Amino acid sequence: MKLVIAYIQPAAFHNVKQALTEVGVGRMSVSNAQGVGQQGGYTESYRGADLEIQLRKKLRLEIAVNDDYLERTREAIITGARTGNFGDGVIFVVDLGECYRIRTGESGSPAVG
Amino acid sequence: MQLPRKSFLILPLLYVAVAPAPAAAQTAADAMFAVNNTWMLVATLLVFMMHLGFAFLEAGLTQSKNTVNILFKNVSIIAIGLLTYAIVGFNLMYPGEFSMGGFFGFAGFGIGTDAAGLTSEYSEGYTYWTDFIFQAMFAATAATIVSGAVAERIKLASFLVFATLYVGLVYPLVGSWKWGGGWLDEMGFYDFAGSTLVHSVGGWAAVAGVFLLGPRLGKYINGRIHPIPGHSLPLAAAGMFLLWFGWFGFNGGSVLSADPGLVSLVFVTTCLAASAGIIGAMITTWTVQKHPDLSMVLNGALAGLVGITAGADVVSVMSAVIIGAVAGVLVVFSVIFIDRIKMDDPVGAISVHLTCGIWGTLAVGIFSADHSFLTQLIGVLAYGAFAFTAAFLIFSVIKATMGLRVSEEDERRGLDLSEHNMEAYPDYQIMITR
Repeated sequence: MKLVIAYIQPAAFHNVKQALTEVGVGRMSVSNAQGVGQQGGYTESYRGADLEIQLRKKLRLEIAVNDDYLERTREAIITGARTGNFGDGVIFVVDLGECYRIRTGESGSPAVG
Repeated sequence: MQLPRKSFLILPLLYVAVAPAPAAAQTAADAMFAVNNTWMLVATLLVFMMHLGFAFLEAGLTQSKNTVNILFKNVSIIAIGLLTYAIVGFNLMYPGEFSMGGFFGFAGFGIGTDAAGLTSEYSEGYTYWTDFIFQAMFAATAATIVSGAVAERIKLASFLVFATLYVGLVYPLVGSWKWGGGWLDEMGFYDFAGSTLVHSVGGWAAVAGVFLLGPRLGKYINGRIHPIPGHSLPLAAAGMFLLWFGWFGFNGGSVLSADPGLVSLVFVTTCLAASAGIIGAMITTWTVQKHPDLSMVLNGALAGLVGITAGADVVSVMSAVIIGAVAGVLVVFSVIFIDRIKMDDPVGAISVHLTCGIWGTLAVGIFSADHSFLTQLIGVLAYGAFAFTAAFLIFSVIKATMGLRVSEEDERRGLDLSEHNMEAYPDYQIMITR
């Protein structure tokens, strides 16, 4: 079991969700994040002075997958989120030790779904 | 400073008792002029408040990434409205004499008056300056109606150019046809406080703008409507209440004096129409949409207000309720219809101001025996033809030269960042999945 953590542009979410649905991945958790990578920050202006914004708004997707779903999940996220520009995002894959479904008490691979 | 009310009344009475009759009449008339003028200035304040109402309503019903932009447009419009009215609008709307058969007249650039303009010689209801500033507040309202409809994707500079031309020239020109004593006034067309002259004029421009601009990104995909919810319904609700509050002056001041009977009647018809608008919208949205939609009900209140604006002083109280209720029902269906034909109007401006402005104007012909439905219809069509054409032309020229719409990238980032390089809510974590 793996936990796929993807940081994407908020605007990419719609396409990523669609791509994931197409490969049969419907369960995820989405949260707000701020982050920065090669895209860097940017400058706003406020009352005559420059305001350095160092973090950009991102979305964090967390998707628990069984090993056989890992490749298609990764590909779907990339398909949905890639624009070719800096700031497209990054995907981390970490090992998922245990997983439990609260409603039924299932554990392990069936709980991942 | 508190005026001791009792002595204020006693003085004229003393004069009546002691002084010769003509002087007494003069002083009583002076007192009435002062009262009238004071009320008209209070009404001016109330109409001014409507700009705050519009700012809140529009900000509440649009996304937070565009809030700076919406507020900026609202702040600019009051300035543009008042200044253009001073430079050219007032004398275009009230030319005194028409040079082109009741269609066009111009009394010259700038505003100014002589000593007589400060007295009841100018008018029993108000001084020249009061007349100007009261009417100027109306002018700015017409432009602000458009800003809501074109929100979230229009270029700021393009909008400001449009607003300057439309409020500066078109609004007063067509306004002169009725309030300036022009051809429609001579025909017997009636628009008490501006259902047509203000609201539908703004509404027609909104239609032209929305049509030429196109919908917001992601609103209509594959034939489906994807709603883009506003970011703050509390702001929107506050905006509605502020607008209603301002309407006391909008309609109450259109009596053009402090006539106790008329102003108090207008207060009642206005409020009952707004209330009926809420109920009408509430029933409609609850049945058609299964759940009562707050934004529809807010639109319903405004619909009722717009609807009664044409005839608040000439229809019966019962008629006011019916007019408001029908407006409330109409606005809900209009919002749904406008969305179905892929015209993206984030705040329902077209439905509230155009649809119900037309309804309110025609309603005068239906509910008032002294006014003809046909004449009202002619007025509605004349204003529609001219205002829409003018707005369409102005928007088209802007579109061809400056461009009307921001780029896709800018629209996605939000106009606050792309047009203003600042944020409305820098401290907040805003969830954006669009």
